[in-house]
Amino acid sequence: MSNKVSELSMLEAINETLHSEMARDERIVVLGEDVGRNGGVFRATEGLIEKFGERRVVDTPISEAAIAGSAVGLAMAGLVPVAEIQFLGFSYQAMHQIAGQIARLRYRTQSRFEPQITIRAPFGGGVRTPELHSDSLEAQFANIPGLKIVMPSTAADAKGLLTSAIRDPDPVLFLEPLRGYRGIRDLVPDEEHVVPLGQANLVKKGDDVVIISWSYQVELSKRVAESLEGEGISAAVLDLRSIVPLDIEAITEIVSHCGRAVVVQEAPETGGFASEIIATINDECFWSLEAPVARVSGFDVPYPVGMLENLYVPDETRIRSAVLKTIESG
Amino acid sequence: MPKPNDKQLQMILEDMVIARTQAGRLWNLQRQGQVGTIAPIDGHEAAIVGAVHALETESDWVLPQYREPLGLRRYGTEVLDTFMLYNLGHPAGGHIPEPIKVAPSQISLGASIPHAVGLAWGMSLKDESGVVLVFFGDGASSEGDFYEAGNLAGVLKAPVILFCINNQWAISTPTHLQTAADSFSSKAEAFGIPGVTVDGNDPAAVYEAVFNARKRATSGKGPTLIEATVYRLGAHTTADDPTRYVPSDDLSAAQEKDPVHTLIQELKTRGLWSDTKQNEVETAALERLDEAFERAKNTPLEPNSMMDHCFVSETPRQLRQRSSLMDSVGNANE
Repeated sequence: MSNKVSELSMLEAINETLHSEMARDERIVVLGEDVGRNGGVFRATEGLIEKFGERRVVDTPISEAAIAGSAVGLAMAGLVPVAEIQFLGFSYQAMHQIAGQIARLRYRTQSRFEPQITIRAPFGGGVRTPELHSDSLEAQFANIPGLKIVMPSTAADAKGLLTSAIRDPDPVLFLEPLRGYRGIRDLVPDEEHVVPLGQANLVKKGDDVVIISWSYQVELSKRVAESLEGEGISAAVLDLRSIVPLDIEAITEIVSHCGRAVVVQEAPETGGFASEIIATINDECFWSLEAPVARVSGFDVPYPVGMLENLYVPDETRIRSAVLKTIESG
Repeated sequence: MPKPNDKQLQMILEDMVIARTQAGRLWNLQRQGQVGTIAPIDGHEAAIVGAVHALETESDWVLPQYREPLGLRRYGTEVLDTFMLYNLGHPAGGHIPEPIKVAPSQISLGASIPHAVGLAWGMSLKDESGVVLVFFGDGASSEGDFYEAGNLAGVLKAPVILFCINNQWAISTPTHLQTAADSFSSKAEAFGIPGVTVDGNDPAAVYEAVFNARKRATSGKGPTLIEATVYRLGAHTTADDPTRYVPSDDLSAAQEKDPVHTLIQELKTRGLWSDTKQNEVETAALERLDEAFERAKNTPLEPNSMMDHCFVSETPRQLRQRSSLMDSVGNANE
């Protein structure tokens, strides 16, 4: 095995992974709106139809429920559907199939049917998209047993986690941050790269406080943590990578070590996954805390229009301020 | 030949009588509190059994809604055994064993239609020869899944048969409040596929429609929407009181066309059925149901099986929950 790496954007890493996985496993079928001839509206599926043909790379009608629902049937037929929902906000139109059918398929048939289904969907703010294109809905899906939820923050992880997602015998929702598609670039192994689901990554070590996050907010959290170094604050950053399965052990270990934690999410505050992290910290290592755990979130309003979105999405200033407050308290 | 021959008609009637007889026993078991909610099959027998007899059980899939299982005997005796587990609320009731090509009941109306389209599509991608038949009702045809999946099926030319049993009632809602269309089969036009309406009380007509749809699907010409018109002779489910809304005159008129009685008369006239045969079939049907019921009741159930089959590998949190569940079960037993 060569150890060669290439610098890729997250989008390029996703595209490359789809190519290599489709070449590896001929059961894989890519389906979705504009995934074929157009190569995806962001080009995530570029080149697939040319290489693998119209039978395995399928432009579907504008039918999110039929995309998700036919993926169930494809899986029942022994194929491995990798479906794209063009924007996560439109998954509401497939929610009854994702939550009501895909996530329950194994359970309700006691494994007669194997839901080896991956659903890819871009989401997240900061790129001035129209309504419903930016919403961070991960916590809504996290409350659906039977669904894994993977949210990479780097190009290398996008490759390693998408590989695991496609190979996973259970349904995986693979969420791709719009801002990271071209905004995140890093070194990605050229060869097969597998990152197991459910293993968080301590992307920066630290002793005073840990910032816990996932997806694009990890990028911002890293910048904050690095800037705090110069001010004598040693901040760790934990990238959860997947929120289901959740790496409880990694959270417990780093929170116990630092004694202070800030959880950063783009989603609205109430009922967000940050609440779940804080409840987990309560269960696992409450007595190691030296200060209340803070949350940085979007606000409890629908995702706002373009001229307001920069105020809505957590930025470095808000993360920094929450970290400093946590350091100062207790 | 698209028409069932005499031997097939006898087998169809046998399955219809068995379904009707077992449905009656199930109703009583529900009333005794022995099984959960049941959706009676009465009035739907010819549509279901006639359709299933036009399929090839080795290659063709059936995706039921929830009223059909007693009519699927042709697919194997395990369908009934699994259905009894399902009625008892046993988790194994969702697992119809391999290689039977029947999915478990689908409670979400119309939700199996996109599954059927995907399955048929997948089978054609794998160059398998079979078709998929999905059952749903007049009410389910108002769901978005019907339109999205019907449209996709048309585009993909998927080898699927969309089989709508129009029993005139969606619980209490009559068909004229369900659609302004002339028929349910006319909705096929929007999908660019053939739509046919058949008398669902006539198993030979149903058989012929499914036979033709199957032939069309297996020759690569794509899906067909079949509407089988019947009348729901019983309640929607054991939880329903149809006397609140079904006009008694309509019900009486429908009872005159009862598909089981009609076929019994026809085959008796032609010397293909007798009272003796009828008694034998009914007795065996009840014995078989009671046997399935006893077997289901005696199927072991571990409390922590609640945690099985969510994922292939449990998450750390699920493992902890399993152990906490076992603790609470242990404490309750002390």
